[in-house]
Amino acid sequence: MTDQEFLEYVQGGGQVETHDELPDEYRAKLIKFIEMHGNSELMGVLPEREWILRAPTLQRKLALTAKVQDEVGHSQLIYRVVEDLGKPREQCLDDLISGKSKFHNVFHYPTKTWGDVGVIAWLVDAAAIISQKALLKCSYAPYARIMKKICWEESFHILHGRDVILTLMNGTDEQRELVQEALNRWWGPLMQFHGNPIPREEDPMYIWRIKSQGNEEARQQFLDGYVPQVWELGLTVPDAKLRKNDDGVWEYSEPDWDELKHVVTGHGPKTEERLGLRRTTREETAWVRRAVLAEAA
Amino acid sequence: MGASRGARGSGVIYEVFRLERKGQPFQHAGSIEAPDAVFAEWYAREQYGRRGESVALWVVPREAIAEIDEFVDELERNYHRVDGYPLKEKLKEARERAGTAAAGDR
Repeated sequence: MTDQEFLEYVQGGGQVETHDELPDEYRAKLIKFIEMHGNSELMGVLPEREWILRAPTLQRKLALTAKVQDEVGHSQLIYRVVEDLGKPREQCLDDLISGKSKFHNVFHYPTKTWGDVGVIAWLVDAAAIISQKALLKCSYAPYARIMKKICWEESFHILHGRDVILTLMNGTDEQRELVQEALNRWWGPLMQFHGNPIPREEDPMYIWRIKSQGNEEARQQFLDGYVPQVWELGLTVPDAKLRKNDDGVWEYSEPDWDELKHVVTGHGPKTEERLGLRRTTREETAWVRRAVLAEAA
Repeated sequence: MGASRGARGSGVIYEVFRLERKGQPFQHAGSIEAPDAVFAEWYAREQYGRRGESVALWVVPREAIAEIDEFVDELERNYHRVDGYPLKEKLKEARERAGTAAAGDR
């Protein structure tokens, strides 16, 4: 199969497996995309980890711990897919902690209060599940298959996040204020989350059918699904321009694309600190990996 | 231990198949890398059974799986295949002969 025939095959809905012959460019794009997804799952637990010790009840502490465990599990599944494509997990981790590879913008920001934990589990996971559902039909079948499990668990996390938010919204004025402030902090990064509105026909990840929708489609889907849910709680979305037009399209203030670029290239408010923590834990747990391998040898 | 070392040198790759409900087929879920079968079992439990999403798992060293993906039909035995039975055209002709063909068929 020539590269052109391969392209036509995947654009026609065809899927491929690990041992099929893949064009070099396709393989490189897959590795880049899937590796960033794995990085994001791994780095995404750090903002939440900060709250395990400060969770308001034992039930919340257990739920949050389980969520963190799920997300790390996702990164393990995802790095496994990257390994089969030719890049070893150790190399992925090296590139992550040296700042060579990227992870999602939302995981570069601080978590100020328990309200942030609720907003992350509800709205950040909601935004993420929209991107991930667009991977269920990924042309690379092994990735599409693990996404089934990941999406299922992510919907569970949204449930957890919504429960945290609803509990706060049914609480004191101070608790309600906590949610509003957290929403104000997260709205900008959430609007940047799905990326710039590049037409899907020009997006290499769509061209190779790694993902099945464009960035703006994903953002519109997010707004359509979640803005009404935010509004019905009496919360205010911090964007005066936000409205749904008669044609069903959401209008909003231009997200800060410079901030997005700045943050994902390693200059977010928490980037250094969190990568530093990853670096330290990797060194501190090296003996476990050695012991496991020695045990089995 | 059920398999020789995988390509990476540090562990063996196992394919995991999961059964969502009794009566359904086992389906490929993903793969895990583990130093041996005992670790593989526990990793598989953690990755694919922790949330009650499976009632059973098959954990198989990748190298133990024999994949066959070429099906050469040298004798062109089309009586084994659906395309060996072109019923549509024959039915059209039969209906015409019987005078029962619908307007669109003529």
